[in-house]
Amino acid sequence: MAEIVIEDLKKEFGDFVAVTNSNLTIRNGDFFVLLGPSGCGKTTTLRMIAGLEYPTYGKIFLDAEDVTFLRASQRDIAFVFQMFALYPHMNVEKNIAFPLKTQGVKKSEIRKSVREVAKMLHLDTVLKSKISALSGGDKQRVALGRAIIRRPKAFLMDEPLGSLDAEFRELMSYELKKMHNDINATTVYVTHDQNEAMAMGDRIGIMDKGVMLQADDPLTIYNKPRAKFVGSFIGSPAMNFIDVNAFMQKGSTSVKINGSRLTIPECYEDTHIDFNYLGIRPENIRVVDEGNIKGAVYGVEYLGANKIITVDTEFGRIKARTPSVINAKIGDNVGLEFDSNSIIIFNGDDETAIKSQFMN
Amino acid sequence: MSEVKVENISKTFEDTKAVSNLSFTIKDGEFVVLLGPTGAGKTTTLRLIAGLEKADEGKIFIGNKDATLFQPAQRDVAFVFQQYSLYPNYTVYNNLAFPLRSPLRSLNKDQIDKAVRAIAKTLHIEDKLKNKATHLSGGEMQRVAIGRALVRKPNIFLMDEPLSSLDAKLREELRLELKNIQVQLGATLLFVTHDHVEATTMADRIGVLKEGELIQIDPPEKIYNDPNSVYVATRLGSPKINVIPSRLIEIELPAKVEYVAFRPEKVSMNSKGTLSARIENRQNLGVEEIVTMGFMGEMVRAVVKPDSVPRSSKDVKFSVRKEDMLFFDNKSQRVYL
Repeated sequence: MAEIVIEDLKKEFGDFVAVTNSNLTIRNGDFFVLLGPSGCGKTTTLRMIAGLEYPTYGKIFLDAEDVTFLRASQRDIAFVFQMFALYPHMNVEKNIAFPLKTQGVKKSEIRKSVREVAKMLHLDTVLKSKISALSGGDKQRVALGRAIIRRPKAFLMDEPLGSLDAEFRELMSYELKKMHNDINATTVYVTHDQNEAMAMGDRIGIMDKGVMLQADDPLTIYNKPRAKFVGSFIGSPAMNFIDVNAFMQKGSTSVKINGSRLTIPECYEDTHIDFNYLGIRPENIRVVDEGNIKGAVYGVEYLGANKIITVDTEFGRIKARTPSVINAKIGDNVGLEFDSNSIIIFNGDDETAIKSQFMN
Repeated sequence: MSEVKVENISKTFEDTKAVSNLSFTIKDGEFVVLLGPTGAGKTTTLRLIAGLEKADEGKIFIGNKDATLFQPAQRDVAFVFQQYSLYPNYTVYNNLAFPLRSPLRSLNKDQIDKAVRAIAKTLHIEDKLKNKATHLSGGEMQRVAIGRALVRKPNIFLMDEPLSSLDAKLREELRLELKNIQVQLGATLLFVTHDHVEATTMADRIGVLKEGELIQIDPPEKIYNDPNSVYVATRLGSPKINVIPSRLIEIELPAKVEYVAFRPEKVSMNSKGTLSARIENRQNLGVEEIVTMGFMGEMVRAVVKPDSVPRSSKDVKFSVRKEDMLFFDNKSQRVYL
């Protein structure tokens, strides 16, 4: 399996810049998820790795080999699309065997490989079935089988579970990850679904407007977003952001907002300008009777194990995730307490996080 | 706003019993959500109350009046559909004003203008009033559709999955707003959905429907913590409640107990646990981690703090306190100990 390296990658379609300045190393054996909203450039990035698009600028390496302008067929990778293109007139066995057959592999070897793959994907009992007789999930497995059987260096997948219903998606995402681990593959997986990304990725790369904002393991992405967009895209509800009309200097340990002073982790650098954002996750806010920050409850959303309490404060609308035993109703006056250790300050201009005791 | 009461109503379409013997009351100012999968009878119930369908049996009372035989217009209810049904060639303003221009209401221009502007403000569409309805995003269109219902001050609002065609973030935003507006207006609202999160986050009471029958109607906390059947227990919560044969748990139980159920957040995983399982999958969602375990041929899920279970763990122990368990008989009905 393979390491994939992307260097200063850029792709323009006429005037439109789809991907810009992307740098990334996808390690051997990683399940790497490219995550972002539609139009962020994740599919374009994937297609350039596949060789279905050529970059305007930059390089792509597959196991240290420069493959930037190699044709798709010359790269040893398998692409799995959202809609699986199977041959409807062939049975399951023939569909899976097809890539080997076109490579002229010996019949006995093909049979052996098909058996192995079918067993791994629980398709051994339906090998002789027609494609049209299969359930959606089995069709998906056949398509995967056809991708696996070539033993490519890497798998590239573009929202392969996008067309499935929620329950089945969960099952397939589990199987997909298991298959990845079983064959020790390198996989690049594109999705716009943050839960899927968090649940499946060894590492996640988040893109917005063609820019790769952060590539890290899921917990780091969640707890320490390096860009405001990352904090708002990941998490449900999203991270809270509060406007800070102040310049912050290296060494600052608190910030003044509308007359209230909040403790923050010590800043290790200055902010760029005097307008910035303070970011905090809903679960790091407590709802109390008397607190530093006062407000009126706008909404209470019961989720079983916990509640989301939305409070209108002088800093704007803030969401807290609380244990479900906390009682509050719309219109109540409450106080909020921030867990100051996990606060992040984002620059007001480029919306990147500044280095601090927490963001080090 | 008014109280609406449904008494023993049934409705059959050809061979299919859509709704059978349904009885419940939506109190004045109450937000009731009917929750169930496709075909549970949710939409039929709404349509029966609206007068778009005629019940085979039973009675419907709106504001203490027997409305069973009333025409839809006489019932004065406002219906919001899943697909925004706006007049495409009208502006947002005219879409909102339309219900108020009915000759039955005899409102003058100023009164209509005041009402339209007030509702547009509540729904944050003041700056869209001059837009054509077709020149709006999906979220804005649904806001206008909801606004057109709100502006009328009817006896009850009937809403048929109005948020389900919106994307996740917008749905989250609108359900929060809708609940807030309902409380501010003191509106009586019946909302149907198949989405359990919409149900628990907005409802004063949730009615759980199954194949045309009302299985339980209670506040969200009670439905979640004290369900009367496995069916109701498995409607709420994500990940789903664990339901396993009771013989697998080594505690003394009455003979009729067949199943034991417990919520994933009630599973504690530590070396002192009495039950042995093997980790099959881990899903780290940032705020929490879902650990899926194989336990004596069953699947058990635990929700834990991210990375609180060491990465290398495979064979693990877990436990659930007896007071966090729910018990059910062989018909999946609740057994109270």
